[in-house]
Amino acid sequence: MTVAENREVQLELREVSAAYPRGGPVLRDVSLQVRKGEILSVIGPSGSGKSSLLRVLIGLLPPSAGQIVLDGEPIDYASRRHRQRVRDRLAIVFQQFNLFQNMTALRNVTVTPVKIRGEARAKAQARAEALLRRVGLADKFNSYPDELSGGQQQRVAIARALALEPEILLLDEVTSALDPEMVNEVLDAIRALSHDGITMIIVSHEMAFVREVADRVVMMAEGAVVEAGPPQQIFDAPQTQRCREFVSKILRH
Amino acid sequence: MFENVLRQADVFFTWENALLWLRALGTTLSMAVIGCCLGFILACVLVYFRSSPHRALLPLRLLLILYVEIFRRIPFLVLIFLVLFLTRALGFRLPLYWVACITVTISATAFIAEIVRAGYESVHRTQWDAAEVMNFGRFRTVWLVVMPQAWTVIIPPAFSYFVMFVKETSLASQVGVYELMQTAKYFNNIGISPFLAFGTCLALYFMVSYPLTRFGWRIERRLRERFRREEGAEPLVPALRPLPGL
Repeated sequence: MTVAENREVQLELREVSAAYPRGGPVLRDVSLQVRKGEILSVIGPSGSGKSSLLRVLIGLLPPSAGQIVLDGEPIDYASRRHRQRVRDRLAIVFQQFNLFQNMTALRNVTVTPVKIRGEARAKAQARAEALLRRVGLADKFNSYPDELSGGQQQRVAIARALALEPEILLLDEVTSALDPEMVNEVLDAIRALSHDGITMIIVSHEMAFVREVADRVVMMAEGAVVEAGPPQQIFDAPQTQRCREFVSKILRH
Repeated sequence: MFENVLRQADVFFTWENALLWLRALGTTLSMAVIGCCLGFILACVLVYFRSSPHRALLPLRLLLILYVEIFRRIPFLVLIFLVLFLTRALGFRLPLYWVACITVTISATAFIAEIVRAGYESVHRTQWDAAEVMNFGRFRTVWLVVMPQAWTVIIPPAFSYFVMFVKETSLASQVGVYELMQTAKYFNNIGISPFLAFGTCLALYFMVSYPLTRFGWRIERRLRERFRREEGAEPLVPALRPLPGL
């Protein structure tokens, strides 16, 4: 039993479904609970709806059915104001970093606090510098994304998300687009965060990492939750056939 | 014939005439500059609304698409007469110079709008996503993220259109604007050899257009260098490399 299990539920999905405008359903009746400070990891084969789940939560893909409740308040993703409120509290790091190409690393981190949230520039800048230092980029403040390696860009993206001071951080396969030698530098940055007590939903293919940092693991396939439980259960004693197959395929080598 | 040219040279190449040509050149250039600058601003506004996902703006979007598709296909000469007679019919007695400026603006807006749209499309969809999840809103996304990246795609062809419009304004002579072409016609009408009159006109057009084109190339190269490392971006013009073995 982990510490997080005693805490209150922060985010809850109740039978959420979603589909892309042209194409089949990507989420089918997904129900999940995320507790405050918990690190939830979502695993599953490609196309199982892991990334779509995060896109729904951040409001890039509208849910077609079900309910999402944040701190006891149901969210209406059709409402612009609701989406904005959610995005004030959730932040996402994308697989492809998606840094703004026309801005330096530092400006990528400060632009939202200053231009969108109206913070004082000096304050935002000080926080951005501290965050960039924390992810090991003290000497890259003024570099443009195209001057940085993939791993460095992804660390800037993490700093950018943290600068929003989110209550929940969504990480969408943040190491999948990286060369192998850069994976660890990014995982180290996330590992350091996991001690901060920030709620995280991590979609990842790095099973060893998931096992190490996650409080709970959710396995998805074909848009639905197959099994959820502590990492020991999912990796060592899966309860379902589907999960057993997936885990054995991944852990074989 | 050439004796005629030589004989007239003394009467033609005078300070007063030079001043006349200079004023005509100023008219030609200022029509293109005013028309293209206004056209550029309007094109940016047009594309902003045209690409809006808002359902309520659908009729406006269709109207804007229609505008672009129509005015890119109307010859400049036809358009200038249209503007002239339409403004007259509506009771505005605009000076001919402004009729020409309005015509350039209408035409340039349609042409440059297509370039600005291509600029929008050159910016990856994921950049819009990243801005959206941080609550940017459409205007700020375009202003802070999309346009600064689209410049490299927009500026070089937009500048080519500017040079094109410098030449296109010669058609304003058809409604009587005293720009370069009309000035050449005037000299020809008062008995100056067409070789002198139109030759001077040609030389002046070239003297303006050529440096402008060169300047356009330079901007393009500068922009390309600034963004040379952009991932996966093919250079617009392949870089020159020394031939192997040389």
